[in-house]
Amino acid sequence: MSDPFLIGDCMTGGYGKGPDILHECTIAVEKGEIAVIVGPNGAGKSTAMKAVFGMLDVRQGAVRLQGQDITKLSPQDRVLKGMGFVPQTHNIFTSMTVEENLEMGAFIRTDDFRPTMEQVYDLFPILRDKRNQPAGELSGGQRQQVAVGRALMTKPSVLMLDEPTAGVSPIVMDELFDRIIEVARTGISILMVEQNARQALEIADKGYVLVQGRNAFTGTGQDLLADAEVRKSFLGG
Amino acid sequence: MDFLNALVVLANFVVIPGIAYGSQLALGALGVTLVYGVLRFSNFAHGDTMAFGTMVVVLVTWWMQSVGITFGPLPTALLALPVGIAATAVLMVGTDRMVYRFYRQKKAEPVVYLIVSLGVMFIMAGLVRFIIGPNDQSFSDGERFIIKVRDFKQMTGLDEGLAIKTTQGITVVTAIVVVAVLFWFLNNTRTGKSMRAFSDNEDLALLSGINPERVVLYTWLIVAALATIAGTLYGLDKSFKPFVYFQLLLPIFAAAIVGGLGNPLGAIAGGFVIAFSEVTVTYAWKKVITYVVPDAWAPEGLVQLLSTEYKFAVSFVILVIVLLIKPTGLFKGKAL
Amino acid sequence: MSETGKTYALFAMVVVLIIGTGVVQSWNSALFILNMGLISAIMALGVNLQWGIAGLLNVGIMGFVALGGLATVLVSMDPVPDAWDAGGPRLFLGLALGAASILAVVMAYAKLPKGWARIIGVAIVAIIGFNITRGVLDPAVQAVEAVNPALTGYLGGLGLPVLIAWPVGGLFAAAAAWVIGKTALGLRSDYLAIATLGISEIIIAILKNEDWMSRGVKNVIGIPRPLPYEIDLQADPSFVERAAGLGLDPMTASTLYVKIGYGVLFAIVLGILLVLSQLALNSPWGRMMRAIRDNETAARAMGKNVTARHLQVFVLGSAICGIAGAMMTTMDSQLTPGSYQPLRFTFLIWVMVIVGGSGNNLGSILGGFLVWFLWVQVEPLGAGLMNIITMPMAEDSAIRAHLLEGAAYMRLLTMGVFLLVMLRFSPKGLIPEK
Repeated sequence: MSDPFLIGDCMTGGYGKGPDILHECTIAVEKGEIAVIVGPNGAGKSTAMKAVFGMLDVRQGAVRLQGQDITKLSPQDRVLKGMGFVPQTHNIFTSMTVEENLEMGAFIRTDDFRPTMEQVYDLFPILRDKRNQPAGELSGGQRQQVAVGRALMTKPSVLMLDEPTAGVSPIVMDELFDRIIEVARTGISILMVEQNARQALEIADKGYVLVQGRNAFTGTGQDLLADAEVRKSFLGG
Repeated sequence: MDFLNALVVLANFVVIPGIAYGSQLALGALGVTLVYGVLRFSNFAHGDTMAFGTMVVVLVTWWMQSVGITFGPLPTALLALPVGIAATAVLMVGTDRMVYRFYRQKKAEPVVYLIVSLGVMFIMAGLVRFIIGPNDQSFSDGERFIIKVRDFKQMTGLDEGLAIKTTQGITVVTAIVVVAVLFWFLNNTRTGKSMRAFSDNEDLALLSGINPERVVLYTWLIVAALATIAGTLYGLDKSFKPFVYFQLLLPIFAAAIVGGLGNPLGAIAGGFVIAFSEVTVTYAWKKVITYVVPDAWAPEGLVQLLSTEYKFAVSFVILVIVLLIKPTGLFKGKAL
Repeated sequence: MSETGKTYALFAMVVVLIIGTGVVQSWNSALFILNMGLISAIMALGVNLQWGIAGLLNVGIMGFVALGGLATVLVSMDPVPDAWDAGGPRLFLGLALGAASILAVVMAYAKLPKGWARIIGVAIVAIIGFNITRGVLDPAVQAVEAVNPALTGYLGGLGLPVLIAWPVGGLFAAAAAWVIGKTALGLRSDYLAIATLGISEIIIAILKNEDWMSRGVKNVIGIPRPLPYEIDLQADPSFVERAAGLGLDPMTASTLYVKIGYGVLFAIVLGILLVLSQLALNSPWGRMMRAIRDNETAARAMGKNVTARHLQVFVLGSAICGIAGAMMTTMDSQLTPGSYQPLRFTFLIWVMVIVGGSGNNLGSILGGFLVWFLWVQVEPLGAGLMNIITMPMAEDSAIRAHLLEGAAYMRLLTMGVFLLVMLRFSPKGLIPEK
């Protein structure tokens, strides 16, 4: 079987000289699909995603994008390779306008990024209205849209989201998920970490349940939702 | 008529000097605030950086004067300014390469930078005193006044005269131009925006592919220009003495903090707040009051709140009040 | 080499340097370096308490040192009765009114409701208070300063033994530090640095301008000494005899005697302060201070009142600087406000602490001696170097004259380089914290 589009294969590692947090953990996403990492608090969900993005030492295992080994690349170089990352917090430039945030997202591009910006505005129309407002003045949900929009400006082939719905209301959450599905439909792979496991798995093509830095359950979103043990342990029945 | 005379006296001794001094402080505070916003430390070497830049300008001015190059009615120092900026820029970038970069790579704490900047201050202070000595140097030439007291009196027929020194006019014009260019640069160019982004959120800037070394390089270049211009304008307006430039640290820091450290708009506002407070508190108001109130109420004393020797106390008191009441400054600090 | 061995070796090196100065140059210079080294070591000890142990940046050491100097004048000089008659009580009434006005302003700020009422109210109280104070104070100041301005023109001191001024100097500095600490502690760390920079400039401005207090830039000379005068010693037959017994002429013997006397006094103070500092460092209080320094957030979370602790240590450290300042003025027998330079009295002390080893009391004492030695010796060395460099130049060359003149500033450069090199390659200092 050929490699998935992006795979963190059997990753073991931790921050700096600290102990290992991940243990032979595997995370993968196919082209244009949505993969979701869920699990209890402290299971290493965000850590697994940061490992894929190169923000911690992967001591064993490898990260491959389109079959190419990128384990040794810095996060910045991975951005150049077509990976977009939306951190959980501090993910926008609060003192800059919405449009400037998007421009900064496109900083590494040398070509004309206007069309991409139009696409982002089409995806998040509210941002077009608020393009000249400082991003820090927007509501929580709108800020997340700016954050996602900023990451999309590099025209990534894979978008990684760290708990994009943390701290937003349920209505805004549904709206954000809809948008994320829309992004995936354009052929961009989505890898995201979510606290709201049930809703996330509902939209996921692939789900990973992590426990203490290891893969506990893996399957399609529907499979996991149907799995009695997953339901019992992580989805509250 | 008396009222007009009072206004003229006020303009002559408070408003015009205040605007000029405020512009100088604002340019100085902008330098401090830029370093704080991008490199995240309070640069105690800034006063001596200003002294270094001004010293180069003074030396080049003397050389130009000696070979007969002048700038007509304007001070020759303006012609020498680019050389001063270039020399200071070389010094700043060199210092960054040899000193600060190491701590950046180590991700050192801001206090460590601050102490490092004390070492840099020592070296610059030594360098300046070694080259030009610790004494007062005058390097202003050209036309001394834009408006002379006598001409003003003749023009208006008032008893009181108004003088605008060339250096005051140049200070204000230069400050406006510099600030306009700086804000245009920060708000409209790719590099300027990347500096603001870096100052706002360093991690996200890195994720967006902004090269921190480039941002830092541009910051030092701008700071070198601001410091040299501020120092030269101050020197033209008053005189150049290395120790005075060190002492300017206090009003400059006060201006930057009052406005909100890391906020360029705040630095400008802070500069004028400090300058006007200093001038009004140390000005002897007797003349103005005598014109405005009936003769019988005319004050006997000078009506000077504080003697000029205590002008530092003014910046200090304002600083303390701001720290006590609104430590983030008038404009919210941090982030360009 | 073990840590203790290294410590001994470094201190032995300092002893060798000072004795070497005695042999090569003169014993008088050696003792001068030793005495100022002792004072510098005490200042470094105070700053180390603040920075090394609590992580507080004090950039106003000069101010606290100067307050110590002021204390010597106010304690030990004889009072000037004419000046007191001319306006002493009125002057103190004025000062009291000034203090009351400040209190009233603070009260008005606290009591009035937020908004315009508060701003206007505070302004009115401030203006009234200011005018009353100036009305009472100014004539008194003028009267006092008019009394024999060439010799006195000030109120004088209390005429007490000068040694009392040392602890009083500490108290003065502590009081100033308390005010600064109250405003700037608990905020970002560089705010304290800037606030202390400000207060030190203001203290010097006050010393220079308030002639009624300590004669301003007219200086106070002839401050009483805790030790006999050289002249008296030279006139004392038994002293001359003993000096001759040692093979010394009376003049040299008397200056050495006085200098050694100061050395002993200073060493006693340094010893007491060192013992106290060591006890404090190793007490639960010291451990808590270091814990706060290393992780302030955790310490706060554990319910420690970090700001209050910082205030304590800041006041204590500044008091030590004040004591050292009083000692220095006592040795000089004069207060010259013009001689307080921030590079010398604030930033040089920082070099001492960093070079010696921040967080280690012995380290800062070593730094005090070593850096002071360098500070004194780099100047002749620099001049010598310049002489050699400029040798090939013509005798009347302007560049040569300029270089020779500039040699004095070599030491600023040297200190800066020294500090940066230490910070880079040995940031823990010569004797690192345990």
